[in-house]
Amino acid sequence: MDSETKIDERYAELFRSRIEQISAGSAPFINSLREEAFGRFRELGVPDRKSEAYRYTNLEPLFSHHYHDYIIPDAGDLNYARNFECEVEDLDVHNLVLVNGFYPPNGGALKTIDPGVSLGSLTEAAVSQSEVVERHYGRYAASDEDGLIHLNTALATDGVFINVPEGVRSEKPVQIVNLVRSEKDIFVQHRNLVVVGEDAEATIIICDHTVSPNNYLTNAVTEVYVGANARFTLIRVQNEHNKAAKLTHTFIHQERGSYASSVNITLHGGVVRNSTYHHLGGEGAHANAAGLYLTDRTQHVDNFVSVNHAVADCTSNQLFKGVLDDVATGTFNGRIVVRPDAQRTRAYQSNNTILLTDDARMDTRPQLEIFADDVKCSHGATVGQIDDNALFYLMSRGINRREARLMLMFGFAHEVVQEIPVEALQRRIDTLVMQRLRGELTRCASCMMRCRESVQ
Amino acid sequence: MLIVDNLKASIDGKQILKGMTLTVNPGEIHAIMGPNGSGKSTLASVLAGREFVTVNEGTVTYFGENLLEMEPEERAKEGLFLGFQYPIEIPGVSMVNFMKTAVNEQRKHRGLEPLSASDFLKLMREKKELVEIDSKLTNRSVNEGFSGGEKKKNEIFQMAMLEPKLAILDETDSGLDIDALRVVANGVNKIKRPDSSVVVITHYQRLLDFIVPDVVHVLYDGRIVKTAGRELALELEQKGYDWIRKEAEKSDETWTVKPK
Repeated sequence: MDSETKIDERYAELFRSRIEQISAGSAPFINSLREEAFGRFRELGVPDRKSEAYRYTNLEPLFSHHYHDYIIPDAGDLNYARNFECEVEDLDVHNLVLVNGFYPPNGGALKTIDPGVSLGSLTEAAVSQSEVVERHYGRYAASDEDGLIHLNTALATDGVFINVPEGVRSEKPVQIVNLVRSEKDIFVQHRNLVVVGEDAEATIIICDHTVSPNNYLTNAVTEVYVGANARFTLIRVQNEHNKAAKLTHTFIHQERGSYASSVNITLHGGVVRNSTYHHLGGEGAHANAAGLYLTDRTQHVDNFVSVNHAVADCTSNQLFKGVLDDVATGTFNGRIVVRPDAQRTRAYQSNNTILLTDDARMDTRPQLEIFADDVKCSHGATVGQIDDNALFYLMSRGINRREARLMLMFGFAHEVVQEIPVEALQRRIDTLVMQRLRGELTRCASCMMRCRESVQ
Repeated sequence: MLIVDNLKASIDGKQILKGMTLTVNPGEIHAIMGPNGSGKSTLASVLAGREFVTVNEGTVTYFGENLLEMEPEERAKEGLFLGFQYPIEIPGVSMVNFMKTAVNEQRKHRGLEPLSASDFLKLMREKKELVEIDSKLTNRSVNEGFSGGEKKKNEIFQMAMLEPKLAILDETDSGLDIDALRVVANGVNKIKRPDSSVVVITHYQRLLDFIVPDVVHVLYDGRIVKTAGRELALELEQKGYDWIRKEAEKSDETWTVKPK
């Protein structure tokens, strides 16, 4: 057996041996999708480097590592989550903490935060709001290429559910803190479902953190439905340690006239892969996808974006930027698909990376598939050093070289940071970016948590 | 304050400045004119410290120090200012942050405390009024999306903020309409103190109607071939550069007239 087959067999065995336990804590509807999803995973397997979408990210060492599976949450972990507080100043949010993908108290919590707005455990929602969950769950996270999405559907037990009903503008953002914490090396799966009804509005902040030093692998799927004329923003801030691997798959389905923005800020992580899919399924919708990656040492960050213009008169914009130091590596795959009916599409994409050393490496690949004729699309990518002319301009005003370089890198990164519409968070990220660029920041110091046991 | 002596400089092996000599005293306004390709911008680049220009021979002394050994930021801290012919756009870096850093770096150099946020904003406000620059420009990223004229006004605004001892304005008039030209020139005149000096590098005479020079030099083929009072600028405006070219070619010797 080659290594890929061995990996797939291992996860097949996990499924067969634990499916009863997994299903026991879940709703019947979620369980009803597992067998088929598992079959799809068996067909597709864990993506290898022959897969176009994963060409520059090697998953093999991550999946061949032996992890303990984390299927039933530990009471101690859930207590830890209850006592957690976020440290970002003046961040006024509805806060929710998950440990290893579970929301405490397991299965019992679904609260109402604004009139009609539900927030809490997906497992719970699948029972008490089964109608909404059944209408959306598993509908958007579809892929003929990526077996990991199906693996998540087969194995995921809990995650966050948010439902903002028609016409409700939920002004206070929801913050989901994902903590990974264990004495053992673990494999974590969680699944989020967000439903933003017609004319509704929601902003969600997802913070990914590790709080103990083991090897972790997270494979998380988030599905978002954005109704007609609704507004949705997702901000993801990632700050995990060097032995953590984070694979996120985010599917945003947009209806007519809607606006959706996804912003991924990767401050630290061992291996990070963010796949973001915007499906423009109704006319006049706008998708905005942005990302920032600041990495050093041996970190690897891979951003995969796919914007699907399925109908006419939609617009989209992709802006991804990064600074790579030491031997860090990065990948950007930006896909724009314009379907035959999607006339008058406007789609733009830009990826700019600064390499601080000769050994840092960036692979950037635009993929434009255009099947309509009245379309305006553009893409641009740059990989390089700091602009000498800009550096000289700042220095000619009396700013020393080191400070001028920092200002330029900060300005470069700020273009993405300013896509964060939550002011307190934007300020905080700006500060973290500056500290990070100055080299004043260890991963722990950049953490947003009052964690005292964290290990570098 | 500035003595350029027999300066020879090249870019990518091509000799541009071929023995240029210039003395600027405190309080003076000098204009350096000359046809395209004569070396005007190369001179500005050498004085500001651009790395792509190689100095092959000669000296530049600024307040008794060897200017060529100073880093660009040191030159700025010692009161040298370059107004760029093509100001650079820097997205993501705000004008406020840029100027605050520059002003405070220069204050630090002079042993002064950094300005408080409110004092700094007050200074910005004063200088904005002085040079008639729109607040909406100073609230944006450095030069980002500015028109040509706005970029030039922004150079003068930066000059006002930094109060240099010697300002070198490299073709600050290029691309300006007459109203913008007037605003820019008024700004320079207001900023200039009795003991500070300005070197205006320009192709055309019209800026010199507003910034009146004490001395006009003509740079031709890497050398100053003529020096006179402001009437030289008017003569050039009427007669063009051809007669200078002919005169320069007649004699290898630098031919100068003492001003006034």
